[in-house]
Amino acid sequence: MRMRTVEISVGAFMLAGMLALVAMAVKVSGLTTSGSGETYELTAYFDNTGSLKPRAKISMAGVTIGKIKRVELDKDSYMAKVVMGIDSKVDNIPIDSTAAIVTAGLLGEQFISISIGGDDIYLQNGERFEDTQSALILEELIGKFLLGSVGKDN
Amino acid sequence: MKFDVLGRLAQLGQFVLGHIQSIGRSGIFLFLAIFSRASFKNKGELLIRQLYNVGVLSLIIVTVSGLFIGMVLALQGYSILVSYGSEGAVGQLVALSLVRELGPVVTALLFAGRAGSALTAEIGLMKATEQLSSMEMIGVDPLKRVIAPRFWAGVISMPLLAAIFNLVGILGGSMVGVDWLGIYEGSFWTGMQQSVDFIDDVGNGMVKSLVFGIVVTWIAVFQGYDATPTSEGISRATTRTVVYSSLAVLGLDFILTAVMFGEL
Repeated sequence: MRMRTVEISVGAFMLAGMLALVAMAVKVSGLTTSGSGETYELTAYFDNTGSLKPRAKISMAGVTIGKIKRVELDKDSYMAKVVMGIDSKVDNIPIDSTAAIVTAGLLGEQFISISIGGDDIYLQNGERFEDTQSALILEELIGKFLLGSVGKDN
Repeated sequence: MKFDVLGRLAQLGQFVLGHIQSIGRSGIFLFLAIFSRASFKNKGELLIRQLYNVGVLSLIIVTVSGLFIGMVLALQGYSILVSYGSEGAVGQLVALSLVRELGPVVTALLFAGRAGSALTAEIGLMKATEQLSSMEMIGVDPLKRVIAPRFWAGVISMPLLAAIFNLVGILGGSMVGVDWLGIYEGSFWTGMQQSVDFIDDVGNGMVKSLVFGIVVTWIAVFQGYDATPTSEGISRATTRTVVYSSLAVLGLDFILTAVMFGEL
């Protein structure tokens, strides 16, 4: 009888350990089991992606609609190519929409915000955003202010 | 005068040789304990009994420590980060420091104190009361019967304990950060999820705790088996277990961190 309680508590301990690992995978590291079938890919080219990282969110009107899959350098154009996985339920992004890299707060993480265009044609899997807006680099901005070149640029 | 110098030299040599010998003995000991197939039937039962002693009974101290460490981390992180207006990063701070460092290391230190010392004392007393030699006399290998189940129980328990420690710590951090200090829940969890990678952070933390589990249990069972069979010898062996395993854990943690996360 005593051995039985020992066995039960050991089993519960093992189970608790495994569950803790699973909980960490899901809740802490944000590992999701959603397959690639539920998203479609869009790409965008940026002059500078700042500190944009894979798995950063993509938001439209403040609502998260996808995640960044890869950030890589396009060797031919020397631009950063960002591959995004967009939720396939959001399949009506107009072809003239803008993808902009914005920062959550002054020091927060960077993500991509999509501003809707007005075209009737929608972006399909594998297509790219023509209109992009690079990350705002705080140091560059301060430098421009110091040189007094902010007004002249525009 | 000359004779004295030689005597000191001999002492030093004896000291070094003794330590090298004990390292060698412990290696052979571990090898024999692990790679010998047990022939008796109830080895599953023995392992379960040890898992209970080593794992389940360490659960309370590990859970309570994890909870408080997570809460303190959140409190300290908040008090600094709030002055930069980035208190949303508290979740990230708590999760990364727990998963990468504090979880494996603190669990291993607690484990050495709670379970390691108990293993050493138990095995040492078995040796002192000649239970080990009577086992040998009736043809049962004490390495298989006594050491192997304890060793495996330690190795299995350690990562599980560390995982529980991490999870409880993060929950404690979220309790303090989100519920008491009023950090926005969304930024707490998303900040965490974006910065913690499952393989690189959680996985490497688990590898660390597995290594610590092997080392701490190895030291504990060997010190018990190698103890001088007197009450004083057992007390010394128990002390040595805690000291050696704590030092080994902290030293190995630096090496493992340098290999996993550093650019060394």
